Amino acid sequence: MSQRLVIDPVTRIEGHARITIQLGDDGEVADARFHVTEFRGFERFCEGRSFRELPAITSRICGICPVSHELASARACDALLAVDVPDAAKALRKLVNLAQLVQSHALSFFHLSSPDWILGYDSDPARRNVLGLAEARPELARQGIRLRQWGQQVIEAVAGRRVHPGWAVPGGVARPLSAAARERILAGLPEALATARQTLGWFAGTAADHQEEARVFGNFPSLFMAMVGPEGELEHTDGKLRFVDERGAVLADQVEPRDHRAWIGEAVEPWSYLKFPYYLKHGYPGGLYRVGPLARLNCCARAGTPLADEALAGFRQLGRGAVLSSFHAHHARLVEILYAVERIEQLLADPGILSDEVCAVALRSRRRAVGACEAPRGTLFHDYEVDRDGLVERVDLLIATGQNNLAMNRTVAQIARHYLSGQRLEEGLLNRVEAGIRAFDPCLSCSTHAAGKMAMVVELLGGQGELLDAATR
Amino acid sequence: MGALSPAGRARVATVWLGGCSGCHMSLLDLDERLLELAPRLDLVYSPLVDAKLFPEDVEVALVEGAVCSEAHVELARRVRARSRLVVALGDCAVTGNVSALRNALGGALPVLERAYLDPGNLQPQLPAAPGLLPRLLDRVLPLHQLVPVDLFLPGCPPHADAIHAVLLDVLAGRRPALQGKVRFG
Ligand code: SF4
Repeated sequence: MSQRLVIDPVTRIEGHARITIQLGDDGEVADARFHVTEFRGFERFCEGRSFRELPAITSRICGICPVSHELASARACDALLAVDVPDAAKALRKLVNLAQLVQSHALSFFHLSSPDWILGYDSDPARRNVLGLAEARPELARQGIRLRQWGQQVIEAVAGRRVHPGWAVPGGVARPLSAAARERILAGLPEALATARQTLGWFAGTAADHQEEARVFGNFPSLFMAMVGPEGELEHTDGKLRFVDERGAVLADQVEPRDHRAWIGEAVEPWSYLKFPYYLKHGYPGGLYRVGPLARLNCCARAGTPLADEALAGFRQLGRGAVLSSFHAHHARLVEILYAVERIEQLLADPGILSDEVCAVALRSRRRAVGACEAPRGTLFHDYEVDRDGLVERVDLLIATGQNNLAMNRTVAQIARHYLSGQRLEEGLLNRVEAGIRAFDPCLSCSTHAAGKMAMVVELLGGQGELLDAATR
Repeated sequence: MGALSPAGRARVATVWLGGCSGCHMSLLDLDERLLELAPRLDLVYSPLVDAKLFPEDVEVALVEGAVCSEAHVELARRVRARSRLVVALGDCAVTGNVSALRNALGGALPVLERAYLDPGNLQPQLPAAPGLLPRLLDRVLPLHQLVPVDLFLPGCPPHADAIHAVLLDVLAGRRPALQGKVRFG
């Protein structure tokens, strides 16, 4: 008699999902799946609107990485206009994208995941969250909150507001940066840098305590994809694509984002609203690849800023070839925060960033275009086709988290097999399965908390899949 | 003053229906004010905490997002039944906003077909797993069309200061007053 265990909703992730765990006749875990239970349909309802509206509309796909959607969208629109975006606008877009990386990574690391390590996977679930952290470790909580706050303040200083700023526009950005805003950002920068360095030092030092998670939280060979700059350096806004394998060997390099469909296919499964992208050449599901902080550090040749390059060298010690465990994405996020703070300082040091030439003006001159950038969770593509008047005929979105769908499914199965059986279903163990998902920091953009009448349901299924019994925990 | 935990803290919930989580980000944009609030309230249900069931006896529930699926209907009704004060947090909950743009297409099928029956996909099919994937409603609803709402806090997202004001009023046992603190969009 097999059983199905449902974790619903998966909590402390940015979106809504559930996990089902299938137990075999022997009471051992046979399989596990990660289901995304929400769908909002942006691709269809953008059709018929002017492409100029798309940056503002598509930013509403996600409140955590709205800047990434705004930028990918604006970049697709730049290409429809066939314009040369002014340098200051390019630099400001990079800066805002990096600020978002800081706030989003800080949220993932401090607010959502650190309660598992600081308070314990098995600690009281009612306090195992950011408010519990604030009571148990007020200084750590304050540092995390202030780091995220600085990232948000940079976005606000440059783009006008923190969430959905409506600032990146086709051809550039809506406003130049003022000298006063630059000073405000710089005033908070030393503290952000200090927090980034200190947190990285502390977390890297706890590696010995996390060996078991590193072994089973998504630890398997796979491909990785990320944007890189012309010399293979980290680049989050203006780069081209690189694919590497589990040894770190480059499979494809400097691929134009507009050609992504020649490299990436998507499969649909009946049990999830999230599609399953795969590397076309290796087929489905063999073409499993990962994106996001782990992939970016595995793909790049170097970071390109002094402290982050040092930190990257330390990170590389975690693997031979590519670093394979998704648990190390937490570490990768801290390296990227450090990089982002350093790079923001470099960008602000260029006097050209205050230029008031921030937007090129043109009429629609192409019918199809792709815009891409690195969102906090991985490469994001907006692919648009418009008619002669610039009304949208087709929108195709390939979202960062979706590209980790195969890997997240592999991960929940790996963790469930390691920790669980019919005899061992304690809450703390189930929380570890969720923690494996948290390591990916999924941003299930079209997502929500669906209703879960029962906290966790163990359903006993008969040979024909019929429900024999159900129990709530 | 209403629902209190044994520790004397107000029982607060935040709920995520069909939205982008931007309203929850605005809540986190309270920044260090979160640390001041932490000892005064228990977050008994929220995407930020590990509760799986919406609990009984909640003082205030902040609800982000529009009602888009059968699962949202069920959750929104439970939230209403178990909360003293239900706040529609943000334009999606207040008006439907971006989440309701698909209503103009006349049902859920066109949006699903566009995404999943694309011939470029491998195994094109409409996802359907009864009991696992909630069915989408044909018409997306603002929260008040399904359940009575006590307070509307518009904005896409609402400003963190407005959310803060509501929480302070609730903690003080006052009925929140929002004149001059809100915006749409
Ligand atoms: S109101 Fe705006 S910020 Fe809030 S969930 Fe809806 S789209 Fe997102």
